[in-house]
Amino acid sequence: MRNVTLPEHNTATAQAPTQNGQAGLDIVTGGVGKPSRHESAVAHVSGSARYVDDMIEPGNCLHAAVIRSTIAAGQITRLDLAAVRNSPGVVAVMTVEDVIGHTDIGPVFPGDPLMTSTEVKFMGQCIAVVAATTELAARRAAQLAVVEYQQQTPLLDPREALAQSRLVRPSHSMKRGDLAAAMATASHILEAEQAVGGQEHFYLEGQVSLAMPAEDGGMLVYTSSQHPSEVQKLVAEVLDVPLNRITVDMRRMGGGFGGKESQAGQWACLAALLATRTGRAVKMRLPRQDDMVMTGKRHPFANRYRIGIDPDGQLLAAELEVIGNCGNSADLSDAIVDRAMFHADNAYYLPAAQIDGHRAFSNQVSHTAYRGFGGPQGMMIIERAMDDIARKVGQDPLTIRKRNLYGTPEHKPDCTVTPYHQTVEHNSLPDIIEQLEQSSDYWQRRSAITAWNKTSPVLKRGLALTPVKFGISFTLQHLNQAGALIHIYTDGSIQVNHGGTEMGQGLHTKVGQIVAQTLGVSLDSIQVTATRTDKVPNTSPTAASSGTDLNGKAAQNAALILKQRLVDFLAADKGVPAEAIVFANGQVFWAEGMSMSFAELAEAAYVSRVSLSTTGYYRTPKIHYDRHTASGRPFFYFANGAAVSEVVIDTLTGEYKVCQVDILHDVGQSINPAIDRGQIEGGFIQGMGWLTTEELVWHDDGRLLSNSPATYKIPAIGDTPPVFNVRLFEQANNEATVYNSKAVGEPPFMLAISVWSALRDAISSLSDYQLSPDLDTPATPERVLDAVMALQAGTGDQP
Amino acid sequence: MIRFLFNDQLREVDDLAPDLTILEYLRTVEVQRGTKEGCASGDCGACTVVVAEPDTTQGRLRYKSVNSCITFVGSLQGKQLITVEALKPVAPAPESHTAPADAAGSPAPALHIAQQAMVDCHGSQCGFCTPGFVMSLFALGKNAPVQTVNEFDPANPDAHTRHEIDLALGGNLCRCTGYRPIIEAAGQVLAGERQDAFSAAEAETWQRLITLAEQSRASTTIDGLTQGDRHFFVPTSVQQLVDLRRQYPESRLVAGGTDLALEYTQQLKPLDVLIYTGQVAELKHIEVSDSALIIGGGVNYSDAMSTIAQHLPEFATMMTRLGALQVRNQGTMAGNVANASPIGDTPPVLLALDAILHIDSPAGAEQIAINDFFTGYRQTCLPTGGVISGIEIPLDKQDWHRRVFKVSKRQEDDISAVLAALMFKVENGQICAARLAFGGVAATPLRVPAAEQALIGQPPTLEGIRAAQAVLQQSLTPLTDVRASAHYRLQLVQNLLARAVLEYNQPETTLEVVDYA
Repeated sequence: MRNVTLPEHNTATAQAPTQNGQAGLDIVTGGVGKPSRHESAVAHVSGSARYVDDMIEPGNCLHAAVIRSTIAAGQITRLDLAAVRNSPGVVAVMTVEDVIGHTDIGPVFPGDPLMTSTEVKFMGQCIAVVAATTELAARRAAQLAVVEYQQQTPLLDPREALAQSRLVRPSHSMKRGDLAAAMATASHILEAEQAVGGQEHFYLEGQVSLAMPAEDGGMLVYTSSQHPSEVQKLVAEVLDVPLNRITVDMRRMGGGFGGKESQAGQWACLAALLATRTGRAVKMRLPRQDDMVMTGKRHPFANRYRIGIDPDGQLLAAELEVIGNCGNSADLSDAIVDRAMFHADNAYYLPAAQIDGHRAFSNQVSHTAYRGFGGPQGMMIIERAMDDIARKVGQDPLTIRKRNLYGTPEHKPDCTVTPYHQTVEHNSLPDIIEQLEQSSDYWQRRSAITAWNKTSPVLKRGLALTPVKFGISFTLQHLNQAGALIHIYTDGSIQVNHGGTEMGQGLHTKVGQIVAQTLGVSLDSIQVTATRTDKVPNTSPTAASSGTDLNGKAAQNAALILKQRLVDFLAADKGVPAEAIVFANGQVFWAEGMSMSFAELAEAAYVSRVSLSTTGYYRTPKIHYDRHTASGRPFFYFANGAAVSEVVIDTLTGEYKVCQVDILHDVGQSINPAIDRGQIEGGFIQGMGWLTTEELVWHDDGRLLSNSPATYKIPAIGDTPPVFNVRLFEQANNEATVYNSKAVGEPPFMLAISVWSALRDAISSLSDYQLSPDLDTPATPERVLDAVMALQAGTGDQP
Repeated sequence: MIRFLFNDQLREVDDLAPDLTILEYLRTVEVQRGTKEGCASGDCGACTVVVAEPDTTQGRLRYKSVNSCITFVGSLQGKQLITVEALKPVAPAPESHTAPADAAGSPAPALHIAQQAMVDCHGSQCGFCTPGFVMSLFALGKNAPVQTVNEFDPANPDAHTRHEIDLALGGNLCRCTGYRPIIEAAGQVLAGERQDAFSAAEAETWQRLITLAEQSRASTTIDGLTQGDRHFFVPTSVQQLVDLRRQYPESRLVAGGTDLALEYTQQLKPLDVLIYTGQVAELKHIEVSDSALIIGGGVNYSDAMSTIAQHLPEFATMMTRLGALQVRNQGTMAGNVANASPIGDTPPVLLALDAILHIDSPAGAEQIAINDFFTGYRQTCLPTGGVISGIEIPLDKQDWHRRVFKVSKRQEDDISAVLAALMFKVENGQICAARLAFGGVAATPLRVPAAEQALIGQPPTLEGIRAAQAVLQQSLTPLTDVRASAHYRLQLVQNLLARAVLEYNQPETTLEVVDYA
């Protein structure tokens, strides 16, 4: 550790009682820095962790199913639901005409009708909804709807949409420096286009909500959502009641990954609508195929670059274009394409740059948030450029990447400003890359692979190191706030509630550890409860990797307030100065040999009429951004990491295998190294799936062909590389985040770009590393074989 | 009525829908919701349960992981259904290193080693796939040989052990962890204590299941489920089966049901009369002679695997990539053939091996060469009411160069873009006989005799196969679909033939990524 501000917990440590022999963070069981198990681990493995679909339904609960459009573009000319209504078990059928309140549930901008009875914009759009006594009855009834359409030709290609100016939001640009002048000084100008595929979230638990009517037109909604407050707002608007009538409860999701940020709302609204109509509880659970067809994906992108370099491969000028295929509505696409633009530089300094971002309409489901939120798609274009530059100037791609990194105060201090005019501070990537190239034995393996490829007749190996620099904060400033609520009970047990949602990422575990650390109690005495809009209101989505940064700080704030009350009480009670009081190991010490248990203190404070409940609050400091000038500091800090991947490809079939992966990732000072490692490994493999086997295929008529796990292939266990070395980069965050940790949810996802780059490296070996192959993503075996054959044709070396 | 053990309790059920799946039964009838629905199509493993049944040849219980979402309740007759809620250790749980964070003050609940390993290795994140993984790990611990390597490191399994783990868990998808901690947990299961409440009770369970089987045989009626005029029948002899087929001409045969069940779970079609082949004794046999293997129509892939591996290793290797273990534990080769899908994995191999289908039907017994069996897209010449009682695989190509290649986007649990069974015999440096059969390139699995003919008299070299490649290029008209384009499939069939001759000439060189270590 060097040049870092003193982590705040060190102050607390200095007060730790010497008689315990404790040092550093080690003052409580399961506190900050410990690899504590996930708070639900035992429940997960026992089958007792309860998800919405597992709840025992209230008596006479109804089950809902959706009637969905079977064309992608056109007008509904006839809708006959008589057979649906007459089907056995059916209790209610509703269309948009039955909605009392809002019929548009667009989360940021209008454009997402709850149901449609007129225009159809994508295949699978919701036309009507049916509630029946069983799920099977509801789904079979839904099959009986008669819908006739006047069809139009669907628009599916983002470049074509841009050419026709069919955009869901206006285009936007970021500029820095004199692009034309810089381009004119370049010794080489390179240009390329790249198609980057989308991605199905494939959370194992599909979308689900259970709505239960309450008094006064209200509703209690159990949902699987990353954004309970938004579900609350949308349900209230659809039912036309104030927000205070609606309570949303969210204990855990079986995976989210962004897919339940904005797009959990519709199913909750439909369930609530039917529950209001029938006066009965209604569960709406999307079967897997409905879920895959009716909910948005990661945006596919069409990217383009035009770059000028010097003879050494140093970037001089970059003109980058990213076009997001947004689907049929804006949803969150404005911010997603912005984030693609914010990351089109990734880790590299662009002396002169223009980045253009477009939000293309298509007759597809509205594409939505997905881990990285456009960042991965933006990064792909500059990482492609790095490989292309290397082949052009005859250097190793790693040499070119290192040469173009952002500067540090010691090295290239003038090269630290991004295209959006934020200065990159505390750049740890040069150190990370240097450590990783040594620990992974990059150069020795490079030589060995090059030699092996010369003699191997069919199989070729590839190697690549790629870095990640990912900006942390919501780019929509007001979302960077959080609340928490802590109760201490008289037995010393503590209940913690906060605005974040648990989707497997271990947020509740980390927040529990933070509170335990702050109050000097064992993690066992903390219970983090379901996220509820009636406990902590007006929350932000659990997204943008911000869960722990925001909610951890808010919970810490609440814990510190309660701790201060207890200190004040005890100091007065015992007649000692406040500074003498130490909380550690579930005990409270006020003098040499004088202590009581935390529970005894809680009981004593209660009897003395001290409030043991409080809220906590946090808002991220320092951030500001002016979108009109595309400049400011949108990110509080950057999370960094790097990965080395080695692959082997089959030049006869395009099949491949990832043989070894080495990762060094910066999580700041880890709150829970086991959970952080899990995020890194899981994010990497998910990213690898995005770039390799996960192929979304749409028919020309707008139908999603890859609509089940039989046709859409996420990584399976055999895809995990046999050698998978993951290390945490030991350096505290220079910014004053909670315990100087760093966000970890999204950044590791993009480490998988190294796999794609390694595949290109293996293919390039067929040209003796002279040519840089086109390889759109996902790089399926078919695309790899196409690239192999294109390169062989280019070099005249056909089999 | 059907009788089975639900964990350690006897269940006798009758008035249930014939197409009710085990998953639906667990979640709605038993209201045990630890078992999750991830896809309802047998592709994700979240619903994995374990079914135990007596293996009378081995004299012990066999524990098999199955996808409860595509397995009908009626198939449980005479078996034990084990779910995540029932896993228990044999002794009180050892002290855990850290107390659970979710139960202040109370001791950790006792966990089975398959569960404890997942906890200790941080093998769950969102937890939704976890019960399925736990059940697959439980089955792995029951079936895998006890590790004899003293220095075994669960965190870094050797390549062989890793392959065993991948085979056991390849049908369980996890979207959160990237699998690394689950692989480590599997290593702990393999290295750890195998005794548990189920092994302690095994003799008793064995006896209870044998008794159920005896009751079934002694019964004058055929076991099954009846709800109104909808039935699930569990015949125990071919005679009963053929009689039922005659009585219910519209009935559907269920062997593994791994494809049939999708008609219900995905298309919501009611399956009114189902006849289960899994308890028909005559269909469960495997015969081995010097000249042929005969695989009974009711034998699932897992049970056929070791025999096939002994005689036709290239076939068995491909079978490890057919579906996932949960599917191989259920599905049968006869079902794969009768289903007549153009992308079934075994038909091309059986075509190349000149297999003969043994058929029983109301018209009597007959034999049909598989080469004559497929008549069109999902059409066969199986006689009305007929059942494939066995598949005879001649062993007359033991001195041929035999290769079976499966190409798909994902190595595990994926459907082939192309499946190629390529076999030729070389005498005096020339190919004297050949079989080239493919899946995924036409409306049916097929052989390409013209291409086979083009190989005759040619040397087994890249030059020698040119004419055959040209025939393949000209004669096949594959489709473009979600799995692959027509041009890729056409390129693959030619390149795979090239791979086959390269492997013939360079047996020491690694030419496939699956073999690269």
